[in-house]
Amino acid sequence: MNVDLILFIGIGLVAVISAISMLASQNAIYSALFLVINFITIATLFLLMNAAFIAMVQITVYAGAIMVLFLFVIMLLGAERLQPTGSMPWQLPVAVLLGVVLIAEVVFALFHDASNAAQGLSGNVTQGFGSPTSIGLILFDQYLVPFEITSILLLVGMIGAIVITRGRGKENR
Amino acid sequence: MNVPLNYLLALSGVLFAIGVVGVLVRRNAIVIFMSIELMLNSANLAFIAFARSFAPAAEALRGHVLVFFVIAVAAAEVAVGLALIVVIFRTKKSIDVDQVSSLKG
Amino acid sequence: MLSSEIVGGSGLFSIAPLIIAFPILGLLINLIFGRRSNERFVGIVASSAIGLAFVVAVTQFVALLGQPEGVSVHVADWITIADFSVPWSLKVDTLSATMMLMVTGVSTLIHIYAIGYMHDDVRFQGDPGRFTRFFIFFNLFVAAMMILVTANNFLMMFVGWEGVGLCSYLLIGFWYEKGADGIGNAVAGKKAFVTNRIGDFGFLIAMFLIFGAVGSLQFDEVFHWAHEHGLANEGVITAITLFLLLGATGKSAQIPLYVWLPDAMAGPTPVSALIHAATMVTAGIYMIARNQALFAVSEFSSSLVAIVGGATALFAATIAVAQFDIKKVLAYSTISQLGFMLAAVGIGAQVASMFHLVTHAFFKALLFLSAGSVILGIEHGHHHLEHDSHGGDEPFDPNDMRNMGGLRSRMKTTFWVYLIGALALSGVPPFAGFFSKDEILADAVQENTLVYILLAVAAFFTAFYMGRQILMVFFGAARSEAAEHAPENPPLITIPLSLLAFGAVIGGALNLPGLHSLTDWIEHTLHVHVSEFNLQVAAISTGLALLAIGLAWLIYGRKPLTRGQADPLRKWLGPIFVGMENKWWVDEIYNAIIIRPYIALAAFLADVVDWRFWHDWFHDTVLARSFRLGTQWLSSGFDAHVIDGAVNGLGSLTKGAAARLRLVQTGYVRNYALALFVGVLLILSYFLFV
Repeated sequence: MNVDLILFIGIGLVAVISAISMLASQNAIYSALFLVINFITIATLFLLMNAAFIAMVQITVYAGAIMVLFLFVIMLLGAERLQPTGSMPWQLPVAVLLGVVLIAEVVFALFHDASNAAQGLSGNVTQGFGSPTSIGLILFDQYLVPFEITSILLLVGMIGAIVITRGRGKENR
Repeated sequence: MNVPLNYLLALSGVLFAIGVVGVLVRRNAIVIFMSIELMLNSANLAFIAFARSFAPAAEALRGHVLVFFVIAVAAAEVAVGLALIVVIFRTKKSIDVDQVSSLKG
Repeated sequence: MLSSEIVGGSGLFSIAPLIIAFPILGLLINLIFGRRSNERFVGIVASSAIGLAFVVAVTQFVALLGQPEGVSVHVADWITIADFSVPWSLKVDTLSATMMLMVTGVSTLIHIYAIGYMHDDVRFQGDPGRFTRFFIFFNLFVAAMMILVTANNFLMMFVGWEGVGLCSYLLIGFWYEKGADGIGNAVAGKKAFVTNRIGDFGFLIAMFLIFGAVGSLQFDEVFHWAHEHGLANEGVITAITLFLLLGATGKSAQIPLYVWLPDAMAGPTPVSALIHAATMVTAGIYMIARNQALFAVSEFSSSLVAIVGGATALFAATIAVAQFDIKKVLAYSTISQLGFMLAAVGIGAQVASMFHLVTHAFFKALLFLSAGSVILGIEHGHHHLEHDSHGGDEPFDPNDMRNMGGLRSRMKTTFWVYLIGALALSGVPPFAGFFSKDEILADAVQENTLVYILLAVAAFFTAFYMGRQILMVFFGAARSEAAEHAPENPPLITIPLSLLAFGAVIGGALNLPGLHSLTDWIEHTLHVHVSEFNLQVAAISTGLALLAIGLAWLIYGRKPLTRGQADPLRKWLGPIFVGMENKWWVDEIYNAIIIRPYIALAAFLADVVDWRFWHDWFHDTVLARSFRLGTQWLSSGFDAHVIDGAVNGLGSLTKGAAARLRLVQTGYVRNYALALFVGVLLILSYFLFV
């Protein structure tokens, strides 16, 4: 039991609780905010795993841009609450059960074979592991094509979002 | 961080399961979307954990690159998906997915 | 001394089948071409056919002179089943040759006579178109008779037996629309056919018994068997011969089945002459003579044959005494003479019987044809009268002897030939009938006294009624105007009569007591004994005949009957005469005892059993209703419920399943996601645990 483990357990707990809270919250704004907390905890874990660049990207893009977009749309649609309907009451217990089954299976898959249980993240890292420099070196070298395609993808997404919400010219308010 | 890899992967799995339950249980379309983002995030966590476990090998940074792309694609996906929800809201006046049941047999 | 079997003929024998083929050819030609040609053509074709058959018979006779044992000429196979074989084979031996010659010879003369006779008759009856049909039937008859005579097995003989019966029926009812009440002739034909049928039934049963006992129907094999095993099977042979006797009484008009012959006089005179005097009726005698081997074994049957023959001879002779129809007298005379022949075969005198058969054919045909000539003359006279005078309205019967008389001067040739025939029949020497009848009597004296007495008394009556007939027809004064004007007939009629008369005169030469040529001839085929000439018997029979003729002259000749006078015998014999005149009421007895109950039974069976029970009740009610119920159940009960139920059930099953499965499509996205998730878990568990 070392400090890292205690730290990990604490951060892990925060992440799980915030995720469950996001799930359970009736107010969509609260769910979004809980998700932001979750993202920040994940970013912390990234940092602890020497993934500095990715942690920053996570906070900047995910927690900063995507969640803000979510909040914008929630407030645009005024859809923070929904009328409760009684349809399909059996869906909740079944889903929870299946989720538990999934967790059990994952745990089983990970821990039933005791040989790799003790493998830790104890490898030495180089000085610039996870820094923007090192990632950029690989990104623009080996993975240039996916990078360019991703840029086109982002362009398409942008245009798509505009086109979809624009609808037909005449019916636009 | 000197934590066994399996613990990180277990955490990832738990977060993933919570995301799945969220997709199945919530009726609010935006919350379902958020659960999907949670699932993506748990996958990212797993990737970074694996990348750290392979360090100091040169291929270890592949995980980071992949996560980078995942985040980029997730951003695009969120943009389009929310646009769709907005459009549907205009017609249905509601973002309850149970209302989108025209395919009912 | 039985004829040996030589399969296949040699030389002249091989043309034997022509004796059947020629008459058939003649009838076919007349059948196809007869309508379009004239009477002369038809008559010539028919007579020539029989004439050629006579020529063939002569050739067979000549061939047999060189080979007297006889042969079997095989023509074709008919029935062949394992060991049982019935072929179309002709048995040419001395016995069948005798019959062949007699039948074809007399037939030829009668055919020629019939050309002239039918020429007049079809005009008298009013249907000239029927001339051809007569000759077709006539030729058919001769063909069938030839089959009967030349058969070498019982079945082929039966074919001919039935064939002559058929032709007899066709020819008796030739004028089917005439006769009493417009159907009299047809009724007579029917009576002949039915009575014959009863005899045929006997013949059939006999054939079945023969087949059962011997296993074959061919004469030679059957007689051989009778020779070998006869004494051991006397019971069976007695049964066979009794049934054969039944057949013979039918065909040869003996007691109890003789009743058809007098009625058969309804046919034209040539028919009576040929079929009912000379040929068909002798078939029964021939058949019994042929089966000597069987009758010799059974004493009982032989004596019964003789008794039946003798009784019939006397019985029929008594009836003939009181008949007034010229042809009926001759008919009963035929029955009586057949009785003589049957009695002869019964006592074992086959030769005497065949001798009498041949001579009787000559003079009985002669008598019938002459009677026909007389009737024709009377008809011409009547016709003559009708034209001139006012004409009485009573129906005129040309056959009735009471309307005749004094024809001696007007129809000379007819008178002379008729006289010769009558003397021959009466048994006056030196005519043919004397020798043949005397031989029978001589044999009867030795074998069976009762039969001799019966036959002798019958001979007395024979001479009496023939004398009566001659005196009534030809002597005295004419008793009707028709008789006064009756003309003689043309040569086409009189020439055959003269030829037959010639045969009646010299026929006795066939088997003169010293020469006994016929006995020697028949000896090759049958067991015979030479009958000695018995002077006593001859003298007695001649004396009886002359006595009878004298008696007739006393009653009918001294004071000839005048117009409308009753027969003197009626006064003297009283009720006996009435009985004789009414044929001893045999027909009426048969009608009451047999025919009426039979018809009543038939009516009962037809109306009640067949119609009301079978048809109305069983058929309509039971069968039809149950069928209808059955089909109704099938259609509404089974088909509607079971079959339709299965088919519809399948449909509703599919509908139900579809309706239930449809509910899976809820339309909710979350459900689909749940389904996805469940699938993922299943796959995951599969990879983890399997």
